[in-house]
Amino acid sequence: MIPAAFEYARASSVEEASKLLKTYGEDAKVLAGGHSLIPLMRLRLAQPKALVDINGIKDLDYIKEDGSKLRFGALTRHVTIEHSAVVKQKLPILAEVASEIGDNQVRNMGTIGGVVAHADAAGDYPTIALMLDAEIVTNRRTIAAKDFFKDIFTTPLAADEIVIEVVFPVANGPHKYIKFRRRLFDWAIVGAAAQKMNGGWRIGLTNVGPTPVRAKAVEEALHTGAKPEEAAQHASDGLNPSGDLRASPEYKKHLARVLTKRAIEQAE
Amino acid sequence: MKHKVSTTVNGTRREHEVESRLLLVHYLRDVVGLTGTHIGCDTSQCGACTILVDGKAVMSCTMFAVQAEGKQLTTIEGMAKDGELHPLQQAFWDEHGLQCGYCTPGFIMAAAYLLSQNPNPTEDEIRRGLEGNLCRCTGYVNIIKSVQSAAKTMGGAKAKPAGRPAVTAGGE
Repeated sequence: MIPAAFEYARASSVEEASKLLKTYGEDAKVLAGGHSLIPLMRLRLAQPKALVDINGIKDLDYIKEDGSKLRFGALTRHVTIEHSAVVKQKLPILAEVASEIGDNQVRNMGTIGGVVAHADAAGDYPTIALMLDAEIVTNRRTIAAKDFFKDIFTTPLAADEIVIEVVFPVANGPHKYIKFRRRLFDWAIVGAAAQKMNGGWRIGLTNVGPTPVRAKAVEEALHTGAKPEEAAQHASDGLNPSGDLRASPEYKKHLARVLTKRAIEQAE
Repeated sequence: MKHKVSTTVNGTRREHEVESRLLLVHYLRDVVGLTGTHIGCDTSQCGACTILVDGKAVMSCTMFAVQAEGKQLTTIEGMAKDGELHPLQQAFWDEHGLQCGYCTPGFIMAAAYLLSQNPNPTEDEIRRGLEGNLCRCTGYVNIIKSVQSAAKTMGGAKAKPAGRPAVTAGGE
């Protein structure tokens, strides 16, 4: 399948990329790893007038320790996060999440900035970003994760605004991310994440609504002493997932409860 | 508007003017004329179109040719040297790692990447390393045997200086 025609330009700096995006206007897209965008373009579900390729921007591929934070350059590939010694030590849940995205071929190309900016409800990093209060840094401002994932594929990014960095707090306590799927390289039908942090639990859910979800009712129940299986019953509180070919709304809610229980119990 | 793209494909410099929407797999097959890289699902799921880009396994159906500017590409045609099959190709033959053969180029390139990262993988690591490739003949057991056998041969080759080297970034 052949995508619709588009203008193509390579940017060698963030400033140049932003300028190009401004020139092309609303219908331009940033090309990072391309592993969400290109499949959509091939199916012509996306028909951008122009692509601004940011892969040539040298200083966007990094993982930096910054006190109690880890800063990920937007072009950091999943394969880099998966194998990073510092991530394994300071934020192991993210290394584990990265290692379960797609397959080797996807992880060699896909980027953390791309996943965040794409804001697919089935994306894994957004769930972790939301539940750990990560920050998304653009060429203009810093946006808290809770204000970033507005709706499915919808963020507050302006047409010429580019994600340049994703900043996570260090969290190396017990943790687990469970992704329920039919085949190893699939997106999550539902995913559940648990992270012990600052004496409390953070619980996040993937693909149970238009945006990632932080299961605060579960966190609260655990805080007041509920056992994992009791607390996990609250994982579906307030959820209204849409059904799809793989799972009905009821099944997704069931998975949210079951996977949350397992994630808490298996966290280490 | 056309864009100039310069790459090295299996050690040979290539330069063409291409449309921006031309996928890398179509570039390799239709422009360069190397049809060993197959198009399977056309939806970024099956891995049949896997090649090495600067030594990394990539689906050539999920990359535009213009993105390959300046890159070293290795396709299945770049694996055999001087009329001698690459150990992975030989092992797929010896261990019956192919039935219809359609998925084989992708499997061999994905396996070449796997062995470049992990020269002695366990069976689990091979299964995981090849998770992005589908064989609709479902010949997975023999594919895993083939990779194990190639790993042995290539490890042996490494021990003997005169042996052929394992595949590296760029293939050559």
